Amino acid sequence: MIAINHAQIDYAQLLQLVWPEIILVAAALIAVAVDLLLLRKQTPRLRFAVAASLGSLGCVAAILRLVLAPVQANILDGTLIANPLVRLVQIAVLALTIFILLLSVDSKFTRHVGEFVLLVLIATTGMMFLVASQDLLVIFISLELLSLSLYILAAFSKRSLQSWEAALKYFLFGGMSAAFLLFGFSLLYGLSNSTSLLAIAGAIHSPSLNPLLVIAIVTTTIGLGFKVAAAPFHFWAPDVYQGAPAPSAAFIASASKVASFFIFFQLAVLGFAGAEGTAALPHIVRGWVPVLALVAAVSMLLGNLVAITQSSLRRLLAYSAVAHAGYMLLAIVAHSQQSLAALLYYVITYALATIGAFAVIAVVEEHKGSDQLSNFDGLARQAPVLSFGLAIFILSLAGIPPLAGFFGKFYLFVTVLQSSKSLLWLVVLAIAMSAVSLYYYLKVLKRMYVAALPPDAGQFESPVLSQVLVAALAAAVVLLGCAPHLLLRWIEAALQASGL
Amino acid sequence: MSTFPIPMLTILTALPIVGALVVFALGKNRARWSALAFSFAALLLTLVLWFHFDAASGALQFQETRSWIAPLAVDYHVGIDGLGLLMLLLSAIVVPIGMAASSQIQQRVPLYYSLILLLQACLFGTFTAQNFFHFFLFWELSLVPAFFLIKLWGGPRSTKAATQFLVYTMVGSVAMLLTFLALFLATHTFDFAQLAALAQNGQLMPAVVDKLAWHRFTPQHVALILFAGAFLGLAVKVPLVPFHTWLPAAYAEAPTGTTILLTGAMSKMGVYGFLRILLPIFFPQMQMVLTPLLWLAVATIVLSAYAALAQKDLKRILAYSSINHLGYCMLAIFAIAKFTGGDADLTAEKQAAMSGVFLQMFNHGLTASALFWFVAMLEKRTGGLRGLDDFGGLRKVAPVFTGLMGIALFSSLGLPGLNGFIGEFLIFKGSFPLVAWATSLAVLGLLTTALFTLGILQRVFSGPLNEKWRAFPDLTIGERLALAPAIGLMFALGLYPQLVLAAIDSTVIQIVQQLRF
Amino acid sequence: MLAWTIYISFLGAAAMFLLPKGSVALARILALLTAVAGFALALTAFVQHRSGEMLTVTRVPWIPSLGIEYHLAADGISLALILLTGIVAVTGILFSWDIDHRTKEFFAFYLVLIGAVYGVFLSYDLFLLFVFYEIVIIPKYFLIAIWGSTRREYGAMKLVLYSFVGSAMVLVGLIAAYVVSGSQSMSLGDLAGYPFSPHFQMFVFPLVFVGFGILAGLWPFHTWAPTGHVAAPTAASMLLAGVVMKLGAYGCLRVAMTLFPLGLVTPWNHHVLGLGSWRGVFALLAVVGIIYGALVALVQKDFKFVIGYSSVSHMGFILLGLMTLNQIGLSGAIVQMFSHGILAGLLFAVVGRMVYARTHTRELAALGPMSLNHVIPFAAVAFVIAGMASMGLPGFSGFVAELMILVGAWHAFPLLAVCVGIGIVIGVVYVWRAMQKAFFAESRNEPASPEHPLPPISLPERLGAIILIGASVLVGVYPQLLLNIIVPALNSPLFDGLRKGSWQ
Repeated sequence: MIAINHAQIDYAQLLQLVWPEIILVAAALIAVAVDLLLLRKQTPRLRFAVAASLGSLGCVAAILRLVLAPVQANILDGTLIANPLVRLVQIAVLALTIFILLLSVDSKFTRHVGEFVLLVLIATTGMMFLVASQDLLVIFISLELLSLSLYILAAFSKRSLQSWEAALKYFLFGGMSAAFLLFGFSLLYGLSNSTSLLAIAGAIHSPSLNPLLVIAIVTTTIGLGFKVAAAPFHFWAPDVYQGAPAPSAAFIASASKVASFFIFFQLAVLGFAGAEGTAALPHIVRGWVPVLALVAAVSMLLGNLVAITQSSLRRLLAYSAVAHAGYMLLAIVAHSQQSLAALLYYVITYALATIGAFAVIAVVEEHKGSDQLSNFDGLARQAPVLSFGLAIFILSLAGIPPLAGFFGKFYLFVTVLQSSKSLLWLVVLAIAMSAVSLYYYLKVLKRMYVAALPPDAGQFESPVLSQVLVAALAAAVVLLGCAPHLLLRWIEAALQASGL
Repeated sequence: MSTFPIPMLTILTALPIVGALVVFALGKNRARWSALAFSFAALLLTLVLWFHFDAASGALQFQETRSWIAPLAVDYHVGIDGLGLLMLLLSAIVVPIGMAASSQIQQRVPLYYSLILLLQACLFGTFTAQNFFHFFLFWELSLVPAFFLIKLWGGPRSTKAATQFLVYTMVGSVAMLLTFLALFLATHTFDFAQLAALAQNGQLMPAVVDKLAWHRFTPQHVALILFAGAFLGLAVKVPLVPFHTWLPAAYAEAPTGTTILLTGAMSKMGVYGFLRILLPIFFPQMQMVLTPLLWLAVATIVLSAYAALAQKDLKRILAYSSINHLGYCMLAIFAIAKFTGGDADLTAEKQAAMSGVFLQMFNHGLTASALFWFVAMLEKRTGGLRGLDDFGGLRKVAPVFTGLMGIALFSSLGLPGLNGFIGEFLIFKGSFPLVAWATSLAVLGLLTTALFTLGILQRVFSGPLNEKWRAFPDLTIGERLALAPAIGLMFALGLYPQLVLAAIDSTVIQIVQQLRF
Repeated sequence: MLAWTIYISFLGAAAMFLLPKGSVALARILALLTAVAGFALALTAFVQHRSGEMLTVTRVPWIPSLGIEYHLAADGISLALILLTGIVAVTGILFSWDIDHRTKEFFAFYLVLIGAVYGVFLSYDLFLLFVFYEIVIIPKYFLIAIWGSTRREYGAMKLVLYSFVGSAMVLVGLIAAYVVSGSQSMSLGDLAGYPFSPHFQMFVFPLVFVGFGILAGLWPFHTWAPTGHVAAPTAASMLLAGVVMKLGAYGCLRVAMTLFPLGLVTPWNHHVLGLGSWRGVFALLAVVGIIYGALVALVQKDFKFVIGYSSVSHMGFILLGLMTLNQIGLSGAIVQMFSHGILAGLLFAVVGRMVYARTHTRELAALGPMSLNHVIPFAAVAFVIAGMASMGLPGFSGFVAELMILVGAWHAFPLLAVCVGIGIVIGVVYVWRAMQKAFFAESRNEPASPEHPLPPISLPERLGAIILIGASVLVGVYPQLLLNIIVPALNSPLFDGLRKGSWQ
């Protein structure tokens, strides 16, 4: 364990701190170089295999570096932080990236393999910095790094009009929300004369809310709400989920959610400390908590209710993502240490299930042309492993025990109630909406298992790698559901060691 | 001796159940004989009981007591006194007769005989029960085989008859159940002896009012309500007018073998219930409504006799005749209930009446069974005909048949020397001093009975021979041998009633004493 | 060892997929062996049970940071219900011997369902109980949606959504209780001992009770039951009406009434419509369910719907028995759980497997002319016996149970007890009507020999029917078998709160 002191920048020490990110960037550059220089003439599959392997190796190396040589640091008043909690989130993000890269091996939507892997890894780097900072500028820059990479990744399927449209919408929405975010950040700087979250918290600590602070809270909520696809900032999500190529969509839906929620939590709890207010009906005190509570409630309602009518699995997942964002925002509303643990558990297992779902969708789209629910009819006969995996993922999203999604919801609701018993109304709403969600999740299962195979369905060869990936993810979801303690104790240890 | 090393009564009740399963399993060809074998085995057991019965003691004998359902304070308590023994013997005699008369049954024979054996088990269970739960269990269960026996092998309108039978009896049973539930809630016991003791101490009804907190009603009203419930259940079974309307159809539509069981044994369940349940526990209430009860008894006797006179179907005549004969039992019971408080002068009369009731039950069971058996033989020979006007002058072609059926008919009429006389005589002898007006009116029934019985003799056997029946076969040797014991018993009991009286005397004394009359 | 009832069932389900493709016979045998093994374990535990004890089967920490343990335990009440599950499982498989479409998957779902049901009855930790309770939901859906009949997809979805809403309500209550009690433990004993405030209990009790009550067929939340049970294939109906509905009743007793007894009995400040506490409300709803179920069963044209509504009616008895809060009423309720489980299984088996699978119609009017009592006499006899038992004829398990509930109800709510009596009478009538119309309808003509004679009743069906009838008769004649283990269990310290409330 290497300890580095703040206030003084020692570049050698800084290097120690950012080795993982350096490894990632190096891996990205190597991958793109190998692909463009050596493998131009090969099949996309081989190129993808090589590039993905190189990228994965880079991620693995970064993980190893984080695990074997942990650093405890806080540079320049929170500009860059390294503690067990941050490490945990970074490792999670890296692991998810590995899955994404493996998922992309069978893709056929592009010949720009090296660039693809480069962008994925750069986005990951952005996320690594994002979660490691408590400084407004670094947060914004990392967020932009992440977002710009994601915009391009969404557009990667050059021959698909939907992909273009999705990326354009994503970009426009994203740009606008980034502007809102920056505006809010500038107000915060104005109020506190510092970009450090802790300093900001110290400056705004006063009994009555400064109107500028209110605007800052609202705009920050808009900016980050866009990132996590919370209603009413979610309008990009259905189109992006539907239009972007499967690995990109999976990436957007999983890893970036993990990072975004974490930083949302940090920003709100650390940065706006003192301006919480409460969402306890009927005595609502003004602050950021009631704002987020409202956003959460709207997300849960809208996401679940609109998902019922969807006929495309990707759009269904998009709206369900909105709903899940609502649930996860509850953890931020509760703003306690336990609720952060619950949030992390939830978002990580949610990410695993989402990647798995997109893996199956990718295979089905490949063979049947689109992700319409009718294409899943009788899938259980044609691709038993894939459909069983999808069933596991869907049931985990629905919150059926003994899967990870159930424990995530349970723990989340417990911590919300523990932090304040008067948040019961939110918990009741969440549970009620979960009940509603079972209906549309069951529709998918119904297609796969109950509906008869259409008579003109041809033979179906599921790629081995997809099956292995899906099986591994499903096993992880089941394992984490039956023995949540495996992940939970790690999260709690990290929280204990880092404080909030 | 009140306890016996072997649990005879349990074995006796279980034997027909086992028999039912065995008969069903053995299949069509062996059904009749195996069923008869089991019924004879039961008869044998009953005779063993008879011979080991200690006639001198009036207490319950062959008792078996075991804890059964603790939370409901229900014990497995069986035992018989003279009355129970008599009823067991009657059932054991009637069932083989019923089986013998069932020779026309061709469809689903094993099921038929199984159901009869199940019915016998229910009869045994009812007559040995000393606890209401046990009693009610077998009482209700007996409805099932009876229903199916009537419906599945009966005449053209058997479904309606069977359903009517079932509905009437069930409604009555539910009323009885509710009454006993109320008693249970107040006293926490279902045991007959305990309830009777409470009633005799005058503690029963106050306990009911107290525990059930029905303070809006006086104890008398409560008592009457409960009495009405139990009364309804039993009155439907006897049956008493006006609850009798199910009977003629049921007896007529049922296959004759079943009718024998219905009239010979099942109807006695009702009278037995009056003696075992209603009289010991509810006699104060009976006294309160005595006059209406007596009117009902008289109506039963007289109206049924007149109705029999108007019938054209032999089975219906005999059905109404059954109602009539049991009406005499009810008259005697109500007459006995009129008096209380150790009126020593009238004790002899009450004992006479009570003995008469017992004898009438047994004798009527025997006689009615025999009569229906003869009707079955008529049906067999004529392909199902049994109308009064279908025959004529049969004595010319079947003298033995005429003679034997005539004996049975005269017994039913009450001719001295045959078994039917003694019961009726004792009832009249005992009741007249107790309720003269009712007994006098009942004499009308006697006269009318004579009329229709002689009418049968005249229309079926006397008169010009109906040419159709020139080839009417007389009784075969086998039938004569089969009938011999029954006819013999009729003479024996008619000439020497002490056969039965010896066994039941002490019971009669006991019952009359217990009621503190 | 009892825990193996759960594991064997799950293992059996997993093993189904190792069987070679299309091996229908092997699948049946494997399923039957698994179910028999589970039943044998249950029976052994039943026989070895020492009166009054809560036998801890397994107890290991599961999620220590939340105080959740993997804690399985069984007392008399659980054992009675586990025994029921064993019997219904075995007979359900016997009655599914004819399924030849996707057989392996059918039995796999069936075994998962059984395993989860065993799990609910064995759970002592409420989180674990909830996990198993939820696991029950998904196999139910597939069993109905794939192998069912009338409107199966609608019926399945309705059933599942209602169940899920019910369990959502329970989840809210459980989380609230857990948090309020300090988030230390989810163990039943600990939570039962925690003194929740009466005010808290008065809100949480109805929530949890109705949550479980939905699955138990509490009126007016019962509407999923007739639709769902009619849509389900025979074995599923047997299990659903026979056992899964009892999960709801079990939850009402084990969770709602044990944890929040004050919520049940504490009088409200104001009387609403003459009702003064939740106890009165639910007792009234139970009786309404009894009578409503019976009345609606009376007018059904579809044979299976008669049985479906009769299940709602019988569950009303159980819920009423629970509300009497005296020993005889509660014991009666548990005996009725066992009794109705057996009898519902038998009734659905006759209607679904013996009649419908052969005649392909359930319309009473269409069945009458078929003279079924001549053609399939075994089915007629079985239905007569089942019907008698169901209407409460003495000698069968239903009589003792209903008698005890009636006595208990008379102590607690005399007026309602009278209404129950009316319900019993209507019960007799609708069973009689169905029996008459379906099996014994008067046909003036000779039964025409049909072009396709109905296949005779097969050996597995006979075996299943005999087992079920035997169980009902056994309990009817000697109810002490069950009462010996149930009554001491009711006296255990777990029900202390309930006793202090208003035990009689």
